[in-house]
Amino acid sequence: MKYLCLIYDDEQQWQKFPKEVQDKYMGEYMAFTESIKKNGQYVGSNQLQPSHTATIVRARNGKVSTTDGPFVETKEQLGGYYLIEAKDLNDAIQVASRIPSARSGSIEVRPVVERPQA
Amino acid sequence: MPDDIATHVRDQVDAIYRSDSRRVLATLIRLLGDFDLAEEALHDAFATAVEQWVEKGIPANPRTWLISTGRFKAIDRLRRTAKFESTDTAALDRFETQSVQTPDYDDNVEDDRLRLIFTCCHPALSPDAQIALTLREVCGLTTEEVAHAFLTPPSTLAQRIVRAKGKIRDARIPYEIPSRAALPTRLDSVLHVIYLVFNEGYFASTGTSLTRADLTGEAIRLGRLLTELLPEPEATGLLALMLLHEARRASRTTPAGEMILLDDQDRSLWDRALIEEGVDLVEHALASRRFGPYTLQAAIAAVHAEATSASATDWPQIVGLYDVLLRADPSPVIELNRAAAIAMRDGPAMGLALIDAILVRGDLVDYHLAHAARGDLLRRLGRGDDAIAAYERALELVTQETERSFIARRLKELRPTLPR
Repeated sequence: MKYLCLIYDDEQQWQKFPKEVQDKYMGEYMAFTESIKKNGQYVGSNQLQPSHTATIVRARNGKVSTTDGPFVETKEQLGGYYLIEAKDLNDAIQVASRIPSARSGSIEVRPVVERPQA
Repeated sequence: MPDDIATHVRDQVDAIYRSDSRRVLATLIRLLGDFDLAEEALHDAFATAVEQWVEKGIPANPRTWLISTGRFKAIDRLRRTAKFESTDTAALDRFETQSVQTPDYDDNVEDDRLRLIFTCCHPALSPDAQIALTLREVCGLTTEEVAHAFLTPPSTLAQRIVRAKGKIRDARIPYEIPSRAALPTRLDSVLHVIYLVFNEGYFASTGTSLTRADLTGEAIRLGRLLTELLPEPEATGLLALMLLHEARRASRTTPAGEMILLDDQDRSLWDRALIEEGVDLVEHALASRRFGPYTLQAAIAAVHAEATSASATDWPQIVGLYDVLLRADPSPVIELNRAAAIAMRDGPAMGLALIDAILVRGDLVDYHLAHAARGDLLRRLGRGDDAIAAYERALELVTQETERSFIARRLKELRPTLPR
């Protein structure tokens, strides 16, 4: 079963880190990604540009509206994700707990809807 | 006499339902992989038992019979729906292959009960849902009974249970006993659910009755089941804590339902058998050297339970236990309780200084018991005006009817003594 692990963290804090701290963090991310690739749980992942680059799009009655940014100011922003393969929720939680940002921010674990292959 | 036989069988089925339906359900959930399907299978199995046992007699091992009948009924049900709807037949395939191997019903039955407890108390479910699901599935209470116990509309509670089962299914919360590594945190979550059920029964948060024996009874039953299945020191400590509190239930309210504080309780009403059992369990848990906050709270309750009066209580030992508890599980409420124990050991002024320090820090300012405790110490120091102000604040914050009338009584006692 697939789970999407959404990574929420304080991006302002991240930008304030000195380069060597950022490098160390990226190193931990690389090591984590490597480890789940090795055991076959990795499906995909991406880091996102900071939330100020976000755009909200809505289509209502044939009219498209475009607005800037996320809806609310929160301390933690969506910064990236991993799509993983896990046996069950306990397994997924175990993987999510090893994502480096789990220690500073939080990880939302969402099961992916599985459709029967027709 | 067929009627006699029918009555006899029905009585037997009822008795087996009471003693074994939760075990059967726990195993059916494992075999069928779905709570709702297992519940339907459970009811089908018992309905079939009533019909068939009249003719064929009660089987040698009724539980195994019920599990295997429930499982076949569930497969039948799935086959029938599969015929009409072209739904996913993967579940059906799974059961059919499963039937090739002989499922070991009986060996796993106690493990299945633990699986059920750990699944109902999974931390990925909201605490409210954990409590509702545990009382419903593990204790076998009806939705209406759980709703009544928590003064919640049955529809709200039913929805909570449906949502929790949906999450178990859709997020695939596994039906398993946690691994050794995960056990401490997962056990915490189970103990917390039991503790919350007990606490609601011991000190109802709302309503007119201070205690609810139905809830303390269920919590103790759960505690006994858990320690029997998994004798971890903190599980033992929690059971001891509940028994020691339960032992005092009869003395905590007047026949009219008014609250009586520990100091004024008639200790001859305390249940000695429960105290003895509780003290034994505490000693057992302490000896393990792997105990935690529940065992420490139980140890404090044991010191109270063994004292012949409030003044004869070993207060230095209680303060010492609170010191350890505060290190193990720091919280303002424990600090407050420690302050009350210090007041008994070193006098009200010492206790008051500690409570004031907590409040100045901004903690517990909206907690009625902090103000009531303050009021009590001020009263004992002869500071009537300040005591009244503290009790008045407590009265504004209290939500429980019995406590409200207790504080109101204290206020009434204080007011006439004031020089006007």
